[in-house]
Amino acid sequence: MLAKRIIPCLDCDLGVPHGRVVKGVQFKQIRYAGIPWELAEEYDRQGADELIFLDITASHERRETMAKVIEKTSENVFMPLTVGGGIRAIADARTAFNSGADKVSVNTAALKNPGLINDIAKYFGNQACVLAIDAKRRYGREPGREMVDTPDGECWFECSFYGGREFTGIDAIQWAIEAEERGAGDIMLTSMDRDGTKDGFDIELTAAVSDSVNIPVIASGGCGNPEHILEVLRDTNASAALAASIFHFGEYTVGEVKEYLRKGGVHVRM
Amino acid sequence: MIAIIDYGMGNLRSIHNALAKVGGNPVIVSDSKSLSDADADAVVIPGVGSFGDAMRNLTPFSDKLFDLVDSGTPLLGICIGRQVLFVRSEESDAAGFGLLAGDVIRIPDGVKIPQMGWNELTLRRNNRDTDLLAGINDGDFFYFVHSYYCVPEDERVIVATTDYGVDMAAVVEKNNIHAVQFHPEKSSKKGLLILKNFVEMVKC
Repeated sequence: MLAKRIIPCLDCDLGVPHGRVVKGVQFKQIRYAGIPWELAEEYDRQGADELIFLDITASHERRETMAKVIEKTSENVFMPLTVGGGIRAIADARTAFNSGADKVSVNTAALKNPGLINDIAKYFGNQACVLAIDAKRRYGREPGREMVDTPDGECWFECSFYGGREFTGIDAIQWAIEAEERGAGDIMLTSMDRDGTKDGFDIELTAAVSDSVNIPVIASGGCGNPEHILEVLRDTNASAALAASIFHFGEYTVGEVKEYLRKGGVHVRM
Repeated sequence: MIAIIDYGMGNLRSIHNALAKVGGNPVIVSDSKSLSDADADAVVIPGVGSFGDAMRNLTPFSDKLFDLVDSGTPLLGICIGRQVLFVRSEESDAAGFGLLAGDVIRIPDGVKIPQMGWNELTLRRNNRDTDLLAGINDGDFFYFVHSYYCVPEDERVIVATTDYGVDMAAVVEKNNIHAVQFHPEKSSKKGLLILKNFVEMVKC
């Protein structure tokens, strides 16, 4: 039986030589977590199933720095590696793949040019294209939206881009369905309402999207402890859960989280 | 020296790094002449992409590949690089190499396609120390990414299976031909162990 995946996310600041992993706390305080490939090796030892490297600086000039980070990581870490942030065109994707990445994640560029999803899927395969969605709750009924019931009332979910700084008016559930049709292989779904709060994943958002598509959904945003991961993997059809700070700052190891999940009845790779 | 066949579909850095990591001496060969010149002790056909594209790009290698297999050189096929060893695939009209009898068919509906992630092996036989799966246990996980799976005609070539909607052959071996559906180069320690076993086999 296919295991649910646990994916540490490495937010990389590539503005320093060789890059460094950082974690923002509610978009303000930035904490320094370590050197990307050293953390990657540690997560491999702990039993992580996959790693995501996000370039939070997302600038064109830093693409080569990310390539170096991935090259260095892939010398010693043998698991699927995803690169995101600043992937705007096929050439950016190719740079990432040539450095050792298995998948690229796209967000802003795909919202502006949805054909990018088709292109990446065509050139590198569906499995190589992860669509990242940053979604925010919008309460109140609106025509043409996918409405979802939540304990706080009925809402729809709006996609944002440019790292959460701007909103698109696009319905996240509809966008996920379109992305699957265009050939995306995974949806990395981040709740903007929960990101950085440590209050737990947005269960209603994750359930709604993972029930609407037939490709794997990676739940992201809000993880504060292993119970949150158990909740989202047990109560929704999400195939994977992503977390950053609980792993980076040594609160829990991946192994501890997996042991907790196994006892909770979730099938994980031990 | 282990020749990794580069047939222009995706980067080979992972498989190259992994083979080097476990003590192999991998060399990437990009055309049939390089494969002939390489005097390879073993051949790896890596894999990403579709069956039709893979066969189109691999055809120029076929004469040399058949020679190597006939002379007993160990061959490891990974993912698509494994599916092309069979006779035909539902994915394409292109003919496979036919080194293994059987077909490649689509994973039936009812599960998410592609299968993408870590799944368990069920071993069909006890491993000896010299086998590809030496040190691998029932229930060990490996990383799969595929929409099609292989159905060998001869059940006896199936060494291990995995369950994804149906019970499918995950590892197939026939004489010097070794074929795995998962990506050992992406399967962390257990994947490296399989590659190490392959490297050891080559040295023997």
